[in-house]
Amino acid sequence: MTTDLAMPVFTNNSEEELQGRWGMVVDQDLCTGCQACVAACSMENNVPFVEEEDAAYGRAMHWIRIERLWEKTEYPEVKMTPFQPTMCQQCHNAPCEPVCPVFASVHSASEDLNLQVYNRCIGTRYCGNNCPYQVRAFNWRDYTDARIRPHLTTLQNQLNPDVTVRRRGVMEKCTFCIQRIHKAEDKAKSEGREIEDGEFTTACAQACPANAITFGRIDDPNSAVSKAATGSRGRHLLEELGTLPRVTYLAGGA
Amino acid sequence: MATYAKPLVRQQPHTEEHEDPREHLMHDPLPRGKMNEMVMESMHETNPIFWVITAVLAGIVVFALGYEWYVLIMQGQGTAGVTRPDYWGVFLVNTVFWIGISHAGTFISAILRVMKVESRRPFTRAAELMTTFGLIQAGLSIFMHLGRVWVVYFMVPFPNERRLWPDFHSPLMWDLMAITTYVLCSTMYLFLPLIPDVAMARDRSEGWRKVFYRILALGFRGTEGEWKNLVTAMNIFAFAIIPVMFSVHTIVSWDFAMATRPGWSSTVFGPYFVIGALHSGMAAVAIVLFLLRSTMKHYKYFIRPEHFGTIGMLMLLVSMAWAYFYFNDYIVPWYGGDKWDKLLQEYTETGPLAYLWFTMLIVNIVIPWATLWNKKWRETPWLLASVGLLINVGMYIERYLIIPVGVTITRMPFTWRQYYPRIEIPMTIGTFALFLLLYMLASRLIPLIPVWEVQEGQENHILRKVGKANIPSISELE
Repeated sequence: MTTDLAMPVFTNNSEEELQGRWGMVVDQDLCTGCQACVAACSMENNVPFVEEEDAAYGRAMHWIRIERLWEKTEYPEVKMTPFQPTMCQQCHNAPCEPVCPVFASVHSASEDLNLQVYNRCIGTRYCGNNCPYQVRAFNWRDYTDARIRPHLTTLQNQLNPDVTVRRRGVMEKCTFCIQRIHKAEDKAKSEGREIEDGEFTTACAQACPANAITFGRIDDPNSAVSKAATGSRGRHLLEELGTLPRVTYLAGGA
Repeated sequence: MATYAKPLVRQQPHTEEHEDPREHLMHDPLPRGKMNEMVMESMHETNPIFWVITAVLAGIVVFALGYEWYVLIMQGQGTAGVTRPDYWGVFLVNTVFWIGISHAGTFISAILRVMKVESRRPFTRAAELMTTFGLIQAGLSIFMHLGRVWVVYFMVPFPNERRLWPDFHSPLMWDLMAITTYVLCSTMYLFLPLIPDVAMARDRSEGWRKVFYRILALGFRGTEGEWKNLVTAMNIFAFAIIPVMFSVHTIVSWDFAMATRPGWSSTVFGPYFVIGALHSGMAAVAIVLFLLRSTMKHYKYFIRPEHFGTIGMLMLLVSMAWAYFYFNDYIVPWYGGDKWDKLLQEYTETGPLAYLWFTMLIVNIVIPWATLWNKKWRETPWLLASVGLLINVGMYIERYLIIPVGVTITRMPFTWRQYYPRIEIPMTIGTFALFLLLYMLASRLIPLIPVWEVQEGQENHILRKVGKANIPSISELE
């Protein structure tokens, strides 16, 4: 028996990176920072209003946020970075998952997404700590309970019935609108076909007036999201950590 | 053979014999009955000040710990100061701090017992009691930290219909296992050497105390066989608890070292945390011994300057070891040049909380090194206790710098945010009050001096005359 002594060849894309089902592309050159995705996501996913005091303390629970930073802060030469909508990157190697002591932060094999099991969560907040992208949102109080916040009574009529309302003490995060994924999958299955590209999209992509967000199957090389992601402008956030995120950011060039 | 008559001259003290051996507890024996009476008397002795302090502490526990915790549970963690990215705050600082305090008890009673350090004898129990009560505070602090403490049993691996099991990949599960093991071992290790003293107290008390001691003493009568079994059990525990002690704080450090955060992901955290725990624990023993010596009747006989000297020496040694490990932890980001580690280091040293960093270095390194080298200062109880207090402040700051300040710098600069504690402050005061309250009540319920151990030591120590000098020697009865 001979041993293969050839050096392994490392390519740009690892085997794991090519897998995965659902992915997203965010074009930072198109993003205008209008926050329509933030509003749409909050409406779709029942993200609560945290009210003035907590929002000022940095506890706004948006699942997607528009980051903008200043490269130079000296006054005349203020230069801003492009807007960067940041949501859960749905890492294949998610740092949030192994640290949860109760399997509340788990990986779904069928969708290749990170899921948060709200009724299993005990609120150790280790996942939030370990997330390099800091995209997890913790329910610091009972923000949706109309019994302690009577002014929310009428607002509760706009809650999305497909999504759970979370109580205090649990962690939550972007799910890539998994309720929409399942709805589309069920519909396609009942009609005996595969899901077509662009048949449905996430709330943030749907609301984006500049079409900066594209959502779809990244295992299908012909989908719009795959074509956009494989261009030369693509990059991943904090790629050096090896988390294999499913969101690609396009910025600069071409 | 010629015989020489000794000249009848007045015995001149030998020039080398400048120290009265009676300064040492081991060479200053008292009759056993008297010593037992002294310990019993100190347990019964209370004065109004004692009860006033107890009432104040109980009030603090009820309002600052009980009521605030009720608010925290009912309203959620929003009442605390934690926010993204500082998901972990003062509650976990308290956890690490109290586990650190609890390390000294085991260190003193197990390692010094195994090493046969004779001056440990009168204060092993005071230190062990700190272990148990410190672990209570650590456990409570973890519960305070949880967002949904009412479902904490999800972490317990119990068989259930849905076959849900805790995730043993998580460092928090290792933590749970390690701390539970440590609580059980240290409580049993506290209890075993207590049995002969409780039996002694049972034979000398009446009423409800007699019932209490009779239950605790498990029918110990002091026969040869009982002693043999007890000594065997204590030996097993003394050796077995040492690796448990080292593992617990290593595993506590892994909660941080296993994370991907800059500043936390460090391989030296295991030994660094163990030494840090001993640093704060030794200092806490000095404080507790000073308080016991100055408040309890007859304790000036048992706890002497020589014992403070032993602890002072250990404090100096541990302080040097801590400085070494701190330097190890410091030099990697300093030299390594990782962007985020460097940023965090700059933030710690020059940011708005830089005064904490400088205070930590002064009270953890400069002050112990500047004072404890001197034997006379080491053996001054109030001085050692104040150095101990400063060291504990420094070690609390160290954990504060690691946990909430360390997570301020994340890899996403958009989320940077300074943490300030809110409801954590009264609840932290509450845990300190609960610790003191438990200790004060225990000081009147169980003999804090291991009388049998002191008596055993005194019987082993003999003064032998070699020429004109009195040489203290120890006979090993075992």
